[in-house]
Amino acid sequence: MDILYLLIPLSVVLMLVIMGVFAWAISTGQFDQLEGEGARILEPDTPPLDADQGRR
Amino acid sequence: MTLSTAPAAPVYRDDTVRGFALAAVVWGVVGMLVGVFIAAELAWPELNLGVPWLSYGRLRPLHTNAVIFAFGGCVLFATSYHVAQRTCQVPLFAPTLAKFTFWGWQAVIVAAAISLPLGYTQGKEYAELEWPIDILIAVVWVAYAVVFFGTIGTRRVRHIYVANWFFGAFILTVALLHIVNSMAMPAGFMKSYSAYAGVQDAMVQWWYGHNAVGFFLTAGFLGIMYYYIPKQAERPVYSYRLSIVHFWALIFTYMWAGPHHLHYTALPDWVQSVGMVFSLILLAPSWGGMINGVMTLSGAWHKLRDDPILKFLIVALSFYGMSTFEGPMMSIKTVNALSHYTDWTVGHVHSGALGWVGFISMGALYHLIPRMFGQTQMHSVRAIELHFWIATVGIVLYIAAMWIAGVMQGLMWRAVNPDGTLAYSFVEGVKATYPFYVVRFAGGVLYLGGMLIMAWNVAMTVASGSAVAVPVPQTLAHA
Repeated sequence: MDILYLLIPLSVVLMLVIMGVFAWAISTGQFDQLEGEGARILEPDTPPLDADQGRR
Repeated sequence: MTLSTAPAAPVYRDDTVRGFALAAVVWGVVGMLVGVFIAAELAWPELNLGVPWLSYGRLRPLHTNAVIFAFGGCVLFATSYHVAQRTCQVPLFAPTLAKFTFWGWQAVIVAAAISLPLGYTQGKEYAELEWPIDILIAVVWVAYAVVFFGTIGTRRVRHIYVANWFFGAFILTVALLHIVNSMAMPAGFMKSYSAYAGVQDAMVQWWYGHNAVGFFLTAGFLGIMYYYIPKQAERPVYSYRLSIVHFWALIFTYMWAGPHHLHYTALPDWVQSVGMVFSLILLAPSWGGMINGVMTLSGAWHKLRDDPILKFLIVALSFYGMSTFEGPMMSIKTVNALSHYTDWTVGHVHSGALGWVGFISMGALYHLIPRMFGQTQMHSVRAIELHFWIATVGIVLYIAAMWIAGVMQGLMWRAVNPDGTLAYSFVEGVKATYPFYVVRFAGGVLYLGGMLIMAWNVAMTVASGSAVAVPVPQTLAHA
């Protein structure tokens, strides 16, 4: 089962990468204020354009 | 509004989203049609007409590639490009490269549709395509990663919405899986030998295979779930906090479930057990996410009665819950001893594929397509309702037939006479399965019928609409 010498280190590296990204997300405050983040996508997309604008 | 007088308000780059969304519908019809045909071949083998490229062995990988990578892939491209732009409030990064991902991915699909019936295959399930196509996939996928992460990187909203985390993990992991599993030595054009041999190859293959299910067919579509269910329900997800826990729990635990595909093989026993334990652990984050999605409708259940698109999205989650319960159970070695190599596995896969991936995709497309063509809803809402019921009945027929057939096969194969000889020959099991193959075929016809209704509805919606550019909001309300 030599393949485990590739797959296990690979998953360990991957785990470290995931932990790194997780640490980055926490330290940059991605998860500091979650209230309202879920609702933001519901805000109206955009004010409508005039009929002749934005068409192509 | 000062916005309308601004000289050149940037607009969302939706042309690639439109292309992928329409391609998804077309490839959905094609892939499901091939599926129905090979289901018929299993019941009535004469249907291959003696033509090699119509034989089950060549068309089965065409079916799986078409529904997973052509239909599912196009849905993921369309929705991830749409969600990333809307939640980051920026146009797509590198729009020309995005166009390249569209045409490159279509080229991969066409190459698969030609090479698989001709018999070119690497013989690895869900990774059959030969090395020149594998290289094209890798190039397109890197371009996809550049476009997606470029869009996230240039975002004007500080917080990265949870759906983007799921899409991002899916893109990176699939790149890694594809590259490691497809390592091969070319031996001429369209012929190669795997870099791994024997049980090593099997281990890499199912490390790939199961994580492809986990990241391509689960994480990616969970990204879809976390955007389109709140949008369609017009309510924020039940617990945003839980959605973030769901994401991190899932990606920390997913990677080692693969060995459960190799129970009772030459794989070392302890690796099989590790695979089983991780598979059982997966039940927790999966159900956390499922409940979170369904509870989004808490206090507004009446919407489920009136809105067929929500029916698609919520029933998709219930199938997600069902198959993420069934999967860990089947990974238990004693259960697996009965279920493995039987049609129960096929039933399990299709409850995830038709119920979860198919329904969440259809729901998202029904939400997305009219909005991409300057409309607020599909041409016919009643046709969506009809599609939903036809497809649901189709799934129930399909998976019930395969459950019964699978348990029956498992019991027949292990039945022994008092003197220790096998009670049934293999072909007796095949004969007993015949009626269930016919029922499965009928279920597939219904599911395909629903997809054809969708194709008609989409064509009518597109014909009566027009591609309208949507401006990016210029107010940085949340900077």
